[in-house]
Amino acid sequence: MKLSNSIVPIRKKLTLPRRPGEFFIEAGIKTVSFTSFAVIILIFIFVFRETLPVFFPKEHKAVQSEVLESESYGDTAPSEHDKEIQNRIDMSQALETSGENGKITMESITAAEWQPVSAKPRYGLWPLFFGSLKVTLVAIAIASPLAILAALFSAVFAPKRSKELIKPVIELLAGFPSVVIGFFALMTIATISQNIFGYQYRLNSFVGGVALALAVIPIIYTVTEDAINSVPGYYFEAAYALGATKWQTALFVILPAVTPGIFAAMLLGFGRAFGETMIVLMATGNAALGSFSIFDPVRTFSATIGAEMAEVVFGDNHYTMLFLIGSLLFIVTFALNAVAEFWVRNKLLKRFRGE
Amino acid sequence: MKNILAALVIGLMVFGFRGAEETITVKGSDTMVILAQRWAEIYMSKHSGVNVQVTGGGSGVGISALINGTTDICNSSRPMKNSEREKLKKRYNTLGVEVKCAKDGLSVYLHESNPVRELTLEQIKGIYTGKIKNWNEVGGPNAKIIIYGRENSSGTYVYFKDFVLGGADYISSMQSLPGTAAVVNAVSKDKYAIGYGGAAYAKGIRLAKIKKDANSPAYEPNPENIKSGNYPITRFLYMYLPSRPSGAIKEYIDWILSPEGQNIVTKVGYFPVK
Repeated sequence: MKLSNSIVPIRKKLTLPRRPGEFFIEAGIKTVSFTSFAVIILIFIFVFRETLPVFFPKEHKAVQSEVLESESYGDTAPSEHDKEIQNRIDMSQALETSGENGKITMESITAAEWQPVSAKPRYGLWPLFFGSLKVTLVAIAIASPLAILAALFSAVFAPKRSKELIKPVIELLAGFPSVVIGFFALMTIATISQNIFGYQYRLNSFVGGVALALAVIPIIYTVTEDAINSVPGYYFEAAYALGATKWQTALFVILPAVTPGIFAAMLLGFGRAFGETMIVLMATGNAALGSFSIFDPVRTFSATIGAEMAEVVFGDNHYTMLFLIGSLLFIVTFALNAVAEFWVRNKLLKRFRGE
Repeated sequence: MKNILAALVIGLMVFGFRGAEETITVKGSDTMVILAQRWAEIYMSKHSGVNVQVTGGGSGVGISALINGTTDICNSSRPMKNSEREKLKKRYNTLGVEVKCAKDGLSVYLHESNPVRELTLEQIKGIYTGKIKNWNEVGGPNAKIIIYGRENSSGTYVYFKDFVLGGADYISSMQSLPGTAAVVNAVSKDKYAIGYGGAAYAKGIRLAKIKKDANSPAYEPNPENIKSGNYPITRFLYMYLPSRPSGAIKEYIDWILSPEGQNIVTKVGYFPVK
């Protein structure tokens, strides 16, 4: 009580009158932070708005019966062969059911196939979701033991000098452009691992998973390392005082103490891997199969958007479905990050405060 | 201060528009980007008053740009879909004007070591729809066929589906890769692979000879066979306009269809329409 009484007057003395520029600086910082917040909200709204037609299909007006002749320009008398090509074109045009008039049905969403460009389009989400999940799990299974052990090593065992080398090098991997990792996987990892395992499909979820692991390792490593560094010193001291060796301390005291942190690291890694596009687009073969073998090609949510968005007819069913996939991706990664950020971190902090 | 600024902006706008007398924007197919750029460069070097701007993005992107009115000419490696024509009609009450500006042959790639030399259209259809699963069904070794194709946003994907598969769906186990180069690369590394794409000549792959049916002769995808129409898988490359061309755009298109313009088509690696 006495202490706080003595602090207050000093604080009052220190409050200086506001400088003239301060208001603008404050306002500027506020604007910037609120802008980024607003951008996120707006992206949210935009993505979900584009998805709406799936749930509330628009009523289509009957197509005008008036027939307009399509024109061509600069044609010369076509040869026999040209006529034949034209015939085939006309035939295929007749086959095409106008995607615009069809509605997205529950049946087409739950189909086992992803065939958006078809006379009878099927937008089966299951094989794509399963594909994303499969590649991500392979990536996490490879990345997390490596990253966690690396973090443990550099935080507890490594001499200061090698720690100063290891940490930035692993973190540098996070800045690696994912196209480069994807290209490396496509050209090198795929060939090497096919030679080792001798499986049938050169590009598959295993190759994609290995490549994704490269992108995920730095995330898991950094977060785990931070968690280990935040362990209070008395954990170590107590363990050493009880006669534990360094190894015993690391494995049986420190590691269990930071499990929520490791869990958060894995969740963040999962979110990154789930949303990663370029690597899986290049390395997984992109065939929408719902198989359980990790050596079969897969097609993921993100790769589907990456590959198809550029040329889809705007406002089409296919377009809407891609946005639905986008929303699902958004929800999954958002939820994972939120859980990792708020729930797990709080738990970790509480544990160290001894609450 | 404000007045000076406004004057500056207005001046910039006036002079900015004066810089080029006439600007033609061309947008669309990635397959045709090199061709369109070559056309534009040579045309601009001969007609100083015209500025032709070419961008790629894909056939679908070009067609959407045409529908939204952000491009004068749209390049497309596939014919416009009915749904797209419908949209164009809603906006402008025309179905668009189609200009066939070049021809292209599509090759079927096999691995170098594959003993299969020729395939009929029916066999290719069987392979891509999943009826034929093993190479020994088409005279090859006893091994499963590994199928590669393009992404469904590609004009080549749509063309192959419509003409070779007769509109049937590709089998789900087809691995779709972004770009012809990726398909060529994949086939060159996979002993039992099959793929398709433009007439690319790369190490490690062989271009299959194609037969129209079991009794007709097999043709290699070389320039003579594609020009003569003997090679069965050929397609047109298109330009689309919202209405009949006039003025500078008409001159440009007429030049493209002239012997000079068509000569460039051959140089770039495609085949003239005339």
